[in-house]
Amino acid sequence: MSPLSVDSLSLRFGGLDALSEVSLGIPDGALYAVIGPNGAGKTSFFNCLTGYYRPSSGSVRLDDLDITGLGASQVAALGIRRTFQNVRVFPKLSARENVLVGAHLRAGTSFVGTLLGTPGLRRRERALAEEAERWLDYVGLAHQAASLAGALPYGMRKRLEVARALIAEPRILLLDEPAAGVSSVERDELAEVIRKTCQGGVTVMMIEHDVELVMQLATTVAVLDHGQLIAEGGPQQVRNDPRVLAAYLGKRRK
Amino acid sequence: MSVSDSDLEDAVAVDLGATEEGVFRAVSRRRALDVLGRLRLVGPTLVVLVAVAAVFPHLVQTNYVTSVAMQVEIMMCLALGLNFVVGYAGMLDLGFAAFFAIGAYTTGLLSVDLHWPILATIAPAVGVSLVGAIFVGVPTLRLRSDYLAVITLGFGEIIQNIVNNLSQTGGPEGISGIPPLRIGSLVVTSTTGYYEVFLILVVIFLAISSRVRHSRLGRAWLAIREDEDTAQAMGIKVRRYKLYAYMAGSVFGSITGSLYGSAFIAIAPPSFGFSESLLVVMAVAIGGIGSIWGALLGAGVVIAFPELFRQFSDARLLVFGVALVLIMILRPQGIWPETGLGIQRLGGTLRKVARRVARKPQQHRDA
Repeated sequence: MSPLSVDSLSLRFGGLDALSEVSLGIPDGALYAVIGPNGAGKTSFFNCLTGYYRPSSGSVRLDDLDITGLGASQVAALGIRRTFQNVRVFPKLSARENVLVGAHLRAGTSFVGTLLGTPGLRRRERALAEEAERWLDYVGLAHQAASLAGALPYGMRKRLEVARALIAEPRILLLDEPAAGVSSVERDELAEVIRKTCQGGVTVMMIEHDVELVMQLATTVAVLDHGQLIAEGGPQQVRNDPRVLAAYLGKRRK
Repeated sequence: MSVSDSDLEDAVAVDLGATEEGVFRAVSRRRALDVLGRLRLVGPTLVVLVAVAAVFPHLVQTNYVTSVAMQVEIMMCLALGLNFVVGYAGMLDLGFAAFFAIGAYTTGLLSVDLHWPILATIAPAVGVSLVGAIFVGVPTLRLRSDYLAVITLGFGEIIQNIVNNLSQTGGPEGISGIPPLRIGSLVVTSTTGYYEVFLILVVIFLAISSRVRHSRLGRAWLAIREDEDTAQAMGIKVRRYKLYAYMAGSVFGSITGSLYGSAFIAIAPPSFGFSESLLVVMAVAIGGIGSIWGALLGAGVVIAFPELFRQFSDARLLVFGVALVLIMILRPQGIWPETGLGIQRLGGTLRKVARRVARKPQQHRDA
């Protein structure tokens, strides 16, 4: 069964077809990788799924709910969380607070309680703060909880983004190039975090250029090229697909 | 290789992606110590500060100093209000005096024409300002940065023009004979009395500001300020939260205005113009955007500096301007930035400036 399914999704920017007629279903508990050459429309695809772009046509469904055209905050509220390709942490907040912002929809809401500092609210805030620490620990950043996010090195900021998404207890986690620009040691740590997360019951969808990582982690791979889905299947199957080889390496002239 | 504190801070400030993890560990450890030190000191320091502030007018015994101190407190209240909008949510509001005016005029009209007690006028004043905030905020808060600044500037001008031209608000002459504040059998009439009233208001506003900052609401505001699009991915309804910030600011502004009217007995349009709005923005910016302590210090600077420079007579505003420029050069992040005072960094800056003034070639120690 597919909790997230995409039906003939198209996105046009003026005369450019960023995505055309993409249809696919992400199985529950999958580690679904989206690959493709630069400019293939991978990030645009993510932006359509998470409410950042409104698709020109087609639909996105979460279970039986049509979520096409919902705003980004509404999509987030439905349990679809994402990270960004060009790491976007909140620089002047501490790592801990970054994660707490991720828990926005789970935090105590009473305004009067906030002003008076009621015990119930304090307890919830404390519990949430402890949970934030646990998620920081999960991605290996426990020692950086008090540091400003903007002062962390690139690889740590990427992991912080993952913790910030996970504290929301998402059903589906979308990772936009999690391994881009990180060192090989950090890449292995990251792979471990992604595998753990998927095993913990979160459906993970990731855009990734690192073929080795994709082959190592993914259960299903989809290949986009010029906005079209050219292949979908198991890693080995996709790897030997002639259309995929053509897209990456160019066609042999006959 | 030995690395000094200021070097560490610099390394963090310029955010070198390649800096070793060990350095960051050292920094975060020191930060943790800072936090511990602060926790132990903040409470008692605050109590002492408030106590000193409370007895201050009885020590100086001059009406002039007390009156200036009271104006500083009023500016503190306004700066804390604007801090929600500019400091937390990151929206530039150039018409904040509008809410100050709404508070003052609502109280003025109700107390003079309808003989309401001052305390009873605060709730309607807040109500009117909230209506104003929603009326202006709902259609415009989707605008970003400069556009919002222009709209709020316009709102400020509109309110000032309304009170300047309506006969009901006394036109250019404003409203006079606003009765003193009564709390039970206590009637506040002296400058010292109002000084104490505003001191209490500052403490209340301070407590609210700091509570809210560390709540879900405050975190959502800061997330919006830092990165609006990403905030949405956290499930934050950005437009709604921006409106909350604008409303919170308007509440602080109008309460301050209500008591201002009572303290000064008479109110008139010139007190609520663009220059007043700008002064509040300056207080927040000079103090350090988003920083509660910064807003308080900034309020002190923008009110007290022109008074301190009275000896320069005609040139005092010039000296004030130079002082502001100096602050901006020495502390571009504000006097007391929200990320902490950074004493080490301040020391480093002063050393650099001293070196530059001494015209010695600056030595770079490269890591």
